[in-house]
Amino acid sequence: MTLLDLSEQAVTLSRQIDKKRDDLRGRTLINLFFEASTRTQSSFELAGKRLGADVMNMSVGTSSVQKGETLIDTAVTLNAMRPDILVVRHYAAGAVELLAQKVDCSVINAGDGSHEHPTQALLDALTIRRHKGRVEGLIVAICGDILHSRVARSNILLLNALGARVRVVAPSTLLAAGIERLGVEVYTSMREGLADADIVMMLRLQRERMTSSLIPSQREYFHFFGLDYDKLARAKPDALIMHPGPMNRGVEIDSNVADDTRSVIREQVEMGVAVRMAVLQALARHLPNR
Amino acid sequence: MRDRNPQPSSEALALINARLVDPASRLDQRGGVLIRDGLIADFGPYIDAGAAGDAEIVDCAGLVLAPGLIDMMVFAGEPGHEHRETLATASRAASAGGVTTVACMPNTDPVIDDVALVDFILRRARDTALVNVHPMAATTKGLLGEEMTEIGLLREAGAIAFSNGKTSIANAKVMRHALAYAKDFGALIVHHLEDPWLAQDGVMNEGEVATRLGLRGIPAAAETIMLERDIRLVELTGGRYHAAQISCRASLDVIRTAKLMGLPVTCGVSINHLALNENDIGSYRTFFKMKPPLRSEADRRAMVEGVASGDIDVIVSVHDPRGAEGKRRPFAEAADGAVGLETLLGAALGLYHNGHVDLPQLLRVLTANPAGLLGLGSGRLARGAPADLVLIDLDKPWTVEPERLRSKSKNTPFDGARLQGRAMLTIVAGRVVYDYAEGLGLNP
Repeated sequence: MTLLDLSEQAVTLSRQIDKKRDDLRGRTLINLFFEASTRTQSSFELAGKRLGADVMNMSVGTSSVQKGETLIDTAVTLNAMRPDILVVRHYAAGAVELLAQKVDCSVINAGDGSHEHPTQALLDALTIRRHKGRVEGLIVAICGDILHSRVARSNILLLNALGARVRVVAPSTLLAAGIERLGVEVYTSMREGLADADIVMMLRLQRERMTSSLIPSQREYFHFFGLDYDKLARAKPDALIMHPGPMNRGVEIDSNVADDTRSVIREQVEMGVAVRMAVLQALARHLPNR
Repeated sequence: MRDRNPQPSSEALALINARLVDPASRLDQRGGVLIRDGLIADFGPYIDAGAAGDAEIVDCAGLVLAPGLIDMMVFAGEPGHEHRETLATASRAASAGGVTTVACMPNTDPVIDDVALVDFILRRARDTALVNVHPMAATTKGLLGEEMTEIGLLREAGAIAFSNGKTSIANAKVMRHALAYAKDFGALIVHHLEDPWLAQDGVMNEGEVATRLGLRGIPAAAETIMLERDIRLVELTGGRYHAAQISCRASLDVIRTAKLMGLPVTCGVSINHLALNENDIGSYRTFFKMKPPLRSEADRRAMVEGVASGDIDVIVSVHDPRGAEGKRRPFAEAADGAVGLETLLGAALGLYHNGHVDLPQLLRVLTANPAGLLGLGSGRLARGAPADLVLIDLDKPWTVEPERLRSKSKNTPFDGARLQGRAMLTIVAGRVVYDYAEGLGLNP
């Protein structure tokens, strides 16, 4: 069964009063987050608990990392506690891969720097498929800060694999060099990039980048690249509006558009729990000593 | 039309018996121009007294009738330095020089780095100026070279291009982002070329003359290094780039190479660097102090060659009014800059009279080329184009008398110069804004 099909079952389960399964009973899952996160961390925690695992949350603020411990030492220390699954979020690209090489247990990437965020792409694909019945052939416009976005990179990979036509839309300063080689059509104008789109996926403008001269101001960014009704009118009438969160209302998305009937932003959060349950279930089948 | 400040005249005008010269269409023939509603309604050999209809007839007596000059580099002083010049006085100077459109630079006080200031300039120009005025907005906030301005919004507000005034953006990353970002909006980045550290403390061209005068020099490399860096950034980003002024042979070579590479690169040269050289500074004459500094005679000749060959795209006046408080000082402490709107045409025609540049090419770099760079509909004789025209007497001898200049400031390096050729009649949007014969617009 594919991860997306497995996720559908998890959606059904999560909507029941009794949400508990025992796929991960007796297993220990550690959420190791080196970067702040609301929805990814809490959804992995819920997913683990619904599958019966013992879940421990570790974040940078409370760990020895702040005392100067290196990533590898932290990994080795945690490994000694015999967890079965590590869910890792780190601000540096490749850090999760590095950590995975140093531990015996399974490692799930919950986002590494500007590199990848695989479960986000899965939940986006699930949301799209549930609304459109398919992913293949759809025009997906990923808009905004492509340069810094791991969400964009994972979505480009997955949506292409599922047969979608992927576009990226951003000012040249927020496009990554060679992005067109990743199998996307590149646009620097929202009007052109959103034309006939089935899916409009907005990315968070990483405000901490504002000072590095990439864009002049928030008001200019919103004027040319913020999703408002005017620009949205270029997309198909039944286009879905998506955003991985957290949103900057009035910066990359108009507040009313974010709450529009075509917006599936809240549903994306629900799908986040389901997809992470599916990932953990699939992993559970391959854990040792089973 | 957004690109018109002065309201078009409703009076019809027929300019007959002229030598029509339009570099854009390579036209050079006898004929006339018929103007209605501020636009060129018709032109050609058949426009004569009989074809004028109800239009008022002006007999051009065989003089050259050409598109009005477009000056891409004017420091108007408004807002903030109105004691030196206002848009009104600059536009009077322009009209007397045959200049029908000016792009004013953003290094005012406050700096034109905000939509409201672009709007202010356009409104002031509409209310007070005789010629078309287009503001260039700052490329970086406060011209500090650190953060780019709201290029998209400024462009929508009417900024014709983007410039960092008389300073270079030293930070290559900021320049890269500005070029890349401006490209998305089709905006032109105009850049002053001067490495701030190489030029630091320098007050004139580095070399023998500076050494004899005991003045600190600015090497030509300060310009060329910045230009070469910019060319690499244009290659990286594909952004449209215009070197505001080049002044030396080495820079011309860099421009030629960039053009051969097919890069979207153009450049300008000031009339001062075509007509004068470092020796003119003589005994510390501060009216000859400018940025970039006047260079050697060999460099001046290279600039003339560049105009003739077409490698240099535009000639600018770099009109920069300065009062006595800035100029009546020891050379090293004096302000840079020279007025130039009224002498631009006369000094440029010198290149034609001495056989260095032919007339169509000379007019091209003063009309069609800047119009093309700025995306203006003027700068050419075409039906439906704005009736911005200048009637030129190629041979008219005149002496530059500073007290007769219309500019508020009199800091001209052509003080007392005897020039050959000048504007006799200047028309903006179908309205006569300067008439030599009537003495219209002369200082009281």
